[in-house]
Amino acid sequence: MKFTAEINVMPLKVLLDPQGKAVTNSMKNIGFNEINNVRVGKHITLEIEANSKEKAMERVNEACNKLLANPIMEGYEYVIKKTEK
Amino acid sequence: MKFGIVIFPGSNCDHDTVYVLQEILDQEVVELWHKDSDLQDVDAIVLPGGFSYGDYLRSGSIARFSPIMVKVIEFANRGGFVLGICNGFQILCEAGLLPGALLHNSSQKFICKNNYILPDNNESAINLFLAKDKALKVPVAHGEGRYYASEDNLSKMRQNGQILFRYCNEEGMVSELHNPNGSIENIAGVCNESKNVFGMMPHPERASDDELGNTDGRLILESIIRTMEEKKVSFYN
Repeated sequence: MKFTAEINVMPLKVLLDPQGKAVTNSMKNIGFNEINNVRVGKHITLEIEANSKEKAMERVNEACNKLLANPIMEGYEYVIKKTEK
Repeated sequence: MKFGIVIFPGSNCDHDTVYVLQEILDQEVVELWHKDSDLQDVDAIVLPGGFSYGDYLRSGSIARFSPIMVKVIEFANRGGFVLGICNGFQILCEAGLLPGALLHNSSQKFICKNNYILPDNNESAINLFLAKDKALKVPVAHGEGRYYASEDNLSKMRQNGQILFRYCNEEGMVSELHNPNGSIENIAGVCNESKNVFGMMPHPERASDDELGNTDGRLILESIIRTMEEKKVSFYN
């Protein structure tokens, strides 16, 4: 079976996110005074072959820990859906 | 001593490193392509600076899985000397050979300038022969050099003497004012617990040739070579 994973990788909240800070400042400059605490991360999508959704989740989790995210600086979450034909 | 310089797609300080070790420090040097799996009996390995794999995903994250890295990790685990400079440091952190990680500079700017660093101790080959109270002028050139490690890790590293260098001013004063990238505790370089794997963001190879008017970086490389020669260490077996 083919599944699609949608993964969000975000810088840990305890760490300064300079990119998010720069975007927050820019928001103020263009009149979005009500917007605060922008944080910028990565959105990753991938397709995965697996016998079950559980197996697909297990493998995506491994992929996140091994390469897609660095747990020292980032957290991640993902959603897995069966790919429509 | 025989040095192996690993070349990844996107490395760009590889030839400077070869030149300095070979022509200035009179060492035998071989170039190791990232797809190689033979370390050619080298005594020490350098992962040079650059932008391996275009810094895609995170700096060093893809290079860390290059075929040669399997051998580099084995070599390091046997006690072999491995030095990572700039992108090399990022790769060693991603590989788990060094503690911590390197984040985007707090200024979000690429920083390319001379900076002063102070050896934190004289406990490792890389700072053994350096004067502890003398600041060294060594250039930095990076966008992701903000060193970070958890407090637990930091306290272990302080106890074990794993903090190699801290950013400082010309007089050797370490303070936030002289921290170019927001690194925690001004850390510019660290080593592993067994003190055979070294990583630093500043580029000693860019401050080694008399023609360039600054040779402070040479002292750092000479410290490693002298330690190896005096101990007659050859880690390859």
